Amino acid sequence: MTKIVRETAHGDAIRFSLFAVLILAMPVWLVPFGAAYPDLMQKFAIYGLFAIGFNILFGLTGYLSFGHAAFLGVGSYTAVWSFKLLGMNPLPAIALAILLAGAFAWVIGYVSLRRTGIYFAILTLAFAQMSYNLAYSVLTPITNGETGLRVLNSDPRVLDHMMGAGEVDGPLVTNLFGMEMSGLPGFYFCAVWLLIGMFISFRIFRSPFGLMLMAIKSNQNRMNYTGISTRPYALTAFVISGMYAGLAGALLCVTDPLAGAERMQWTASGEVVLMTILGGAGTLLGPMLGAGIIKYSENIFSAFNEQTLHNIFGFLPDGIEGAVVSVAGLFVGEGWHLTLGLLFMLIVIFLPGGLIEGGHRIQAAVARRGKGGGSGHQAQPQAAE
Amino acid sequence: MDAILLQILNGLDKGGAYALIALGLTLVFGTLGVVNFAHGALFMLGAFCAVTFNQLIGLEKVTIDPTQTTPWGSPVEIRVPMIEEWLGPTGTFILDYSVPFSILAAIPVMIVIGLIMERGLIQFFYRRPHAEQILVTFGLAIVLQEIIKSFFGANPIPQNPPDTLRAAADIGALFGFEPGNIVYPYWRLVYFLFSAIVIGCVFAFLQLTTFGMVVRAGMADRETVGLFGIDIEKRFTVVFGLAAVVAGLAGVMYTPILPPDYHMGMDFLVLSFVVVVVGGMGSLPGAVAAGFMLGILQSFASMTEVKSIFPGIDQIIIYLVAVIILLVRPRGLMGRKGVMEG
Amino acid sequence: MGILQVQNVNKSFGGLKALNNVNLDIEEGSLHAIIGPNGAGKSTLLNCFVGRLRPDTGTVKFNGRSLLGLSPHEINQAGVARVFQTPEIFSDLTLLENVMIPALAVRDGAFRINTWRRVDKQPDVRDRAEAMLADVGLADKRNDHSGNLSRGDKRRLELAMCLVQRPKLVLLDEPTAGMSRADTNNTIDLLARMSEQHGVTKIIIEHDMHVVFSLADRITVFAQGHPIVEGTPEQIKGDPKVKEAYLGGAHV
Ligand SMILES: Nc1ncnc2c1ncn2[C@@H]1O[C@H](COP(=O)(O)OP(=O)(O)OP(=O)(O)O)[C@@H](O)[C@H]1O
Ligand SMILES: [Mg+2]
Repeated sequence: MTKIVRETAHGDAIRFSLFAVLILAMPVWLVPFGAAYPDLMQKFAIYGLFAIGFNILFGLTGYLSFGHAAFLGVGSYTAVWSFKLLGMNPLPAIALAILLAGAFAWVIGYVSLRRTGIYFAILTLAFAQMSYNLAYSVLTPITNGETGLRVLNSDPRVLDHMMGAGEVDGPLVTNLFGMEMSGLPGFYFCAVWLLIGMFISFRIFRSPFGLMLMAIKSNQNRMNYTGISTRPYALTAFVISGMYAGLAGALLCVTDPLAGAERMQWTASGEVVLMTILGGAGTLLGPMLGAGIIKYSENIFSAFNEQTLHNIFGFLPDGIEGAVVSVAGLFVGEGWHLTLGLLFMLIVIFLPGGLIEGGHRIQAAVARRGKGGGSGHQAQPQAAE
Repeated sequence: MDAILLQILNGLDKGGAYALIALGLTLVFGTLGVVNFAHGALFMLGAFCAVTFNQLIGLEKVTIDPTQTTPWGSPVEIRVPMIEEWLGPTGTFILDYSVPFSILAAIPVMIVIGLIMERGLIQFFYRRPHAEQILVTFGLAIVLQEIIKSFFGANPIPQNPPDTLRAAADIGALFGFEPGNIVYPYWRLVYFLFSAIVIGCVFAFLQLTTFGMVVRAGMADRETVGLFGIDIEKRFTVVFGLAAVVAGLAGVMYTPILPPDYHMGMDFLVLSFVVVVVGGMGSLPGAVAAGFMLGILQSFASMTEVKSIFPGIDQIIIYLVAVIILLVRPRGLMGRKGVMEG
Repeated sequence: MGILQVQNVNKSFGGLKALNNVNLDIEEGSLHAIIGPNGAGKSTLLNCFVGRLRPDTGTVKFNGRSLLGLSPHEINQAGVARVFQTPEIFSDLTLLENVMIPALAVRDGAFRINTWRRVDKQPDVRDRAEAMLADVGLADKRNDHSGNLSRGDKRRLELAMCLVQRPKLVLLDEPTAGMSRADTNNTIDLLARMSEQHGVTKIIIEHDMHVVFSLADRITVFAQGHPIVEGTPEQIKGDPKVKEAYLGGAHV
């Protein structure tokens, strides 16, 4: 008999604290990885949030959305508009982005959740494509089309002017009551939101509400005959994950106040799916892990070029070196997406449960070996977080 | 009136492409039970078969003519496509008709690609959840398009139709409208006829052969067919190959209409999925009908008169139709009742 | 006046008349068995009770309230629970969670965003679920992965999931089909015990005559979508019409 081990409140508190320490100390322990600069760490935090939110929908309820990039885009556009109209303070921008993305998610979710399975995936995909196409065409007055939406010196920025901070020389940077949101402060700003997002995710996972979401994934039919109305539960999860995406979109603009429609493309929706399953859909920490790995590798791989490859493989004999470099060249730099696609396939084929589950498997295997012999029927704890 | 005819004509070639891709998509879904997000990539690969073929036969032999000099004083280079040198006028003809000729090359290539894909990957996903099928084929689609990108670059590569078909037909005059109002490029007409023929062949194959009969039975009820001891999976491999060829051919012939680039597969995939959903998952006639219908609808939506009433409608019309269909008639236009009404 | 009243219910699938003018009156607290040959329309009738199907004509009243047009979760919230022909459980979750979910559905209603307290800090619901698991003899497996249970255990679990809701009416569709004799006897015991302890009304569809005659207070015999006879087990045993329609003359 396999047991399922559920974490206790105490265990969760420890895990969350460890997580918080790890995140806040990133500028220190990422140094040896060459990743301790704010731009990249900010990306970890932002895409981590995106994936954590997506996981509340996909990981818990099993509804596979292929349209979450639309909410990321809505968050970004809202944030930039807030900068333009209200001012460069990120807080109203974030609040508005979360609200609007949530409202947008409610509308799309309300319609899409009439169907399940592949139909749900196709519906969300269709909505996201519609949003993307509209952002490029008729909505140009709002989105500024291909150029992308940015903040101009001539924009009203009412609050800024009221506070007498309206006139700025040079580029406009977001600032939190005078503190510029770039460099380390910018990272810590995102990190705090990440911790808030993670905390809420912990609460949801362990609550009766989260249990209901898991039950929807497990057996929707049984849910209905158990007196539970599944659609509002799924819709709530959808809206929550849309709000996370809106928050992530807004944070992207806090770093760089520019919003473009390509953020809404369906490859972007695919990326968040990948992050989630890479780490482990339905696990608490997996999505953050997946987002971190993907953004880190993207950073490393896409920075490579012919020259760096030659340096790496310089020890090889010339002929071989040339061949190796040209093959490796396919996967780096511009070819990073190829690596991403391959990774996607490998994960789905060999480790559909993601890295966290893989880790648990290894752990279990080691534990079994440690106990030695006769442990064939021994209880094997299941990944439960 | 002539405007309407023109829009219908305009929709036919695009509709043909949608129908061909959707046909394979729904065939694979109906038989193998697999949602193949890499199906659009097959269309794209077909298009690049045409590009490669064209580049190969276009290889030139360069000779230097020392008797003549260019205005810059260097000797004149004479470039002659090798195929012309070997085959003379026949070679010129092949060069001119390189797109249709590349069909001959594309068929074996697509069969091989289809078989590799099915045996190497898809077969392991028959019994895995749809979500995992979607994800793994999505990954495959990315891989395929990135490989193409690294070999052919990111820019579209225009292909020419044969010279004789480059002109446009004055179809309006044929139907008694004022000449010059409805002109329609020959190649689009060719594409429409081509797609009609391919669709006809596929249907004939499924209707008239024993093989087709078994496949259709498999689509209707997989379990039962399995009970007869018929090795249905082997046949399904062939079905996948067939779908790959159809998508590939659709891509080959589409190149003069739309210069192929690496992401055309994704663009068409999403639309073709929508077509399949509108037609009814697993319904072949539904896929064809919906393909043409949506192609025509799209061309109507891009009329300026329509756009002035509903701005942006041309961008979203297909998705909008899909959303409405999924909500009010989830089995699609021609799907069977109770099948896949998830 | 029974707890469940079914009047003039008809249901057709295309040309097939699956239910033909069905009238039934289920007495509160009784165990009412419905028997009949395959395809007689028994499962279809249950489906009409729980909102999976809507009858073409007729009324279904539960405690005087019409169930027609209500969705499955509303009918469950009204006090009707159902055990399926093939066990429907949450096979990714533990047994305890399986039983807590229906208990939460009773406490929190059809929908509530309840994120305030952790699942493991809900003593009221938890105790109730554990007691229920103990009742069906699955207490020591409460943290197991329910997907790995044996078929008989799954059935017991599903029964626990229904009974933990303290429903007024339980519908059981062939609860012992495919069970071993020992498991069948266990289930009979369990059902009998449940009747004594909770006084729930039960409708049971069953092919196993041993089960039917050892449990039922009343029996209705279905044939071709129509109830042909109703009576106590003794009356049914002796009824010639039953033999003809259902038993094909075989000795019971
Ligand atoms: N959804 C449906 N669509 C079409 N026909 C149906 C449907 N559900 C049931 N039927 C038909 O209605 C008739 C009654 O079926 P039902 O399942 O109610 O029989 P049953 O008495 O439960 O039989 P069994 O003892 O085999 O379970 C059968 O002929 C069946 O094929
Ligand atoms: Mg039945």
